[in-house]
Amino acid sequence: MFDALKGFGVTFSNMFKKVATEEYPEIGAPAAPRYHGRHQLNRHPDGLEKCVGCELCAWACPADAIFVEGGDNTEEERYSPGERYGKDYQINYLRCIGCGLCVEACPTRSLTMINFYELADDNRQDLIYTKEDLLAPLLPGMEQPPHPMRLGDNEQDYYVNGPELARDRGVPSGETVETSEEKAMQ
Amino acid sequence: MGLEENLPNGILLASLEKVVNWARKNSLWPATFGLACCAIEMMTTGGSRYDIARFGMERFSATPRQADLMIVAGRVTQKMAPVLRQIYDQMAEPKWVLAMGVCASSGGMFNNYAVVQGVDHIVPVDMYLPGCPPRPEMLLDAILKLHAKIQDEPMGPRRAALRAASGERTEIIPSSVKYAKK
Repeated sequence: MFDALKGFGVTFSNMFKKVATEEYPEIGAPAAPRYHGRHQLNRHPDGLEKCVGCELCAWACPADAIFVEGGDNTEEERYSPGERYGKDYQINYLRCIGCGLCVEACPTRSLTMINFYELADDNRQDLIYTKEDLLAPLLPGMEQPPHPMRLGDNEQDYYVNGPELARDRGVPSGETVETSEEKAMQ
Repeated sequence: MGLEENLPNGILLASLEKVVNWARKNSLWPATFGLACCAIEMMTTGGSRYDIARFGMERFSATPRQADLMIVAGRVTQKMAPVLRQIYDQMAEPKWVLAMGVCASSGGMFNNYAVVQGVDHIVPVDMYLPGCPPRPEMLLDAILKLHAKIQDEPMGPRRAALRAASGERTEIIPSSVKYAKK
């Protein structure tokens, strides 16, 4: 006879317990600091692109989601320090499995991942992200390429003095240009 | 889609369309079509932590006739394709399809002879959700974007033709931006 009341008692006592539900769309999009979300193509502190068009990311990709086409830098039209830059860069997010092997393969730390993951779309075309979609936003002190090398005479200066150059541009100590933009959302 | 198609033009008002679409989007019952690991995330989305019941969708229906939305979660093999199509055909109009995960959307990393390279080869897909597997928040985001599309859906062939002629499309906004606390 009292069994029903006992059952309702369990239900009733749950009214005073903490709610486990995460109020997702209202609280923003939470993710761990190193979550594998969307990719980002980073820049040097003066705005030149870090991508050198080597295609190692495309070779590392187990799902064949990345397409890269390199191009030659000229003195008049320079996109990255050194000889070559990524002329065309596409990631197909309907193939990408977010494993991060491309990030591991990247020799210049050009390709990293950010926390953004709300990628759903209603057509396949818009989910192929091109270079314009993937390039990091211009931080203060950065200039839209093409422009000459501002922080050194050749690409060696960019790679050897990378951390100091970043610090001069106001990136806090212990962080890189990449991590300053991928702060975890609370 | 049903009765509204036979009504003469000019009787239905735009506000009725809004009411009907509001009712449809707020009790969108999903058909479970879990095929692989994405289904685990889909079940998690139905659990208390992510609580899909907040959007009127907690009733995952095992019968296609009572379902409005087919969430294809996982890779579809050539052998599964006719089954999927049959389940889709058994669902009553209006119906929508959500391709969850890269395998359902495009074949993903399984670029081989056994796996269908995108479920849109078999059924019309309304929302593509990348990720391997997508986390529950991503599924909720895709569902909310689909809700926005349902809300803008034209009623009847005449209004659909008008909308197609105007070239209007529902804007896809990330849910955490759209529903951010002011």
